[in-house]
Amino acid sequence: MGPHTPLTRFLSDGWTTTRRNLIKIKRVPDILVFTLLQPIMFVLLFTYVYGGAITIPGSNYTEFLMAGIFAQTVVFGATYSGSAMAQDLKDGIIDRFRTLPMNDAAVLVGRTNGDLAINFLSVVVMMTTGFIVGWRINSSPLQAMAAVGLLLLFAYAMSWVMAFIGMSVRSPEVINNVSFIVLFPLTFVSNAFVPADTLPTPLRIFAEWNPVSALVQAVRELFGNVPAGTPVGDTWMQQHAPLAVLIGAGILLAIFVPLSIRKFSRVASR
Amino acid sequence: MAFIEARGLRKTYLPKGAPPVHALDGLNLEVPQGTIKGLLGPNGAGKTTAVKSLTTLIVPDEGTMTIDGIDVMAHPERIRPIIGVSGQYAAVDENLTGFENLEMVGRLYHLGAKESRARATELIELFDLVEAQNRPVKGFSGGMRRRIDLAGALVVRPRVLFLDEPTTGLDPRSRLALWDVIRSLAGEGTTVLLTTQYLEEADQLADHISVIDGGKVIAEGTTDELKNSIGGARIELSLASEKEVATARTILKKIGSSEPILAADGRTLTVPVDNAPAALATALGELGSRGISPLDAGMRRPTLDDVFLQLTGHAATLEDDNDDSTAKPKTKVSRRERKAAN
Repeated sequence: MGPHTPLTRFLSDGWTTTRRNLIKIKRVPDILVFTLLQPIMFVLLFTYVYGGAITIPGSNYTEFLMAGIFAQTVVFGATYSGSAMAQDLKDGIIDRFRTLPMNDAAVLVGRTNGDLAINFLSVVVMMTTGFIVGWRINSSPLQAMAAVGLLLLFAYAMSWVMAFIGMSVRSPEVINNVSFIVLFPLTFVSNAFVPADTLPTPLRIFAEWNPVSALVQAVRELFGNVPAGTPVGDTWMQQHAPLAVLIGAGILLAIFVPLSIRKFSRVASR
Repeated sequence: MAFIEARGLRKTYLPKGAPPVHALDGLNLEVPQGTIKGLLGPNGAGKTTAVKSLTTLIVPDEGTMTIDGIDVMAHPERIRPIIGVSGQYAAVDENLTGFENLEMVGRLYHLGAKESRARATELIELFDLVEAQNRPVKGFSGGMRRRIDLAGALVVRPRVLFLDEPTTGLDPRSRLALWDVIRSLAGEGTTVLLTTQYLEEADQLADHISVIDGGKVIAEGTTDELKNSIGGARIELSLASEKEVATARTILKKIGSSEPILAADGRTLTVPVDNAPAALATALGELGSRGISPLDAGMRRPTLDDVFLQLTGHAATLEDDNDDSTAKPKTKVSRRERKAAN
């Protein structure tokens, strides 16, 4: 037994539940397929299927596309926390956790850390695939690290949002379907795969204020994938994309971390 | 003060589009240290809600609860380190192995890495899961899952063990093994509160039984006290047709000390009597004079089943759905059951 201050308990419990989710990544083939194969498939499909048809002024499609795929993948990767929390409730294991003398936040910390690990793996795989198909980082290593950091931070904030939704909806199937219906338009009606200025006006306005577009733009900038002439929206969010992402993720975390912890300490299975 | 004390617990659920469900309706409980208390009741009686309240999972609307003098609602963080809980459903992580599940629980009780592993190994042996310990729980049978879940409740050698229908879904051999474990824990001073719908289980294990129905205790005592409280011996008649049952019922009504009860088979009548041999002779004589000869006739001591029927008007294991909030309308519910569910 180690010393038991609230902080050491929090760290120890958080690590124990994180480990639980890391083991799950290893054991559940679906997660590995989603994490590793799907991003590779997306990079290849978009590059070779759309790459020839879409011209990006001042840039080329692969250079333009990669930030979009990164963003889309990590946003979807964040949905695991939603379905996993719903599944844990359904299985009754949340009841077990809640009768243990553990930190109230630990299960959620472990869960969202699990998503973080999945997303980190995905990003590494996508970057590697990107290099193979000709994508390059045209910025300093520090900026490139900041790009990866922003991707993971934004997705981490989304994981807390999804965890809250998962505990409220309590059905893994519903979570999967709803996140599909909400996140697909959110990631497609953005600047992820085509420049926003090619969209019809209402969609263009949506795309330029879409937080996913801010993430895409921020990552594009930080990887140095916005050569002169590449169209960039003129909204504040597009012009100050990295800052917008930091603020957005900060707001989501400030709201949903306490909200989720509160929810967790009150839910009971069935 | 008893080790576990609950006073006036009330919990009402408000399901959408259905009348309110009073899962707990003024429940009182007292469990002395080192004893086994059986909470006996049909599904929907409030057993699970009571356990969830005492184990800090839900907060009752009204009432007070203490364990070892600690106020459960005010200080759940002081209750959790001293309790072990195993619910109606195996609360295990499907993707972890049996060993990993127990090790995780040990770490979350803050036993430390080494002690958690040592305890997991001990429990795996105790529950006869050595061969399966390194397989993900996903591939376990229902009984193996239950055993891992129960082992999870014992990781800390808890001062109080809560077992919500611990042997549901276990094969007879595992059930006996678990009974031994529970008895030896109680022998070492662990206080045990278990819920069950198996009367035999309560009879075998519990020092003291509280019969609950409709969210409150309707009778309590040792098994002998309960059996005695409902009168002495019974006579039991099995008949060949409904018509004969009707005739026999009229006869038994006169002889018995309370209403005869018809068993689920529709052919067996039981009635408590003051003097069993004399009553049986009278009953057989009267039936014989009407040309009826029963398929089977006998007398016996009351069982907990009888206690149950007598007190609640329904058998212990009629319905098979979950204990708390959802009161689904059923096609065949007696007035009494409907009252209990509502």
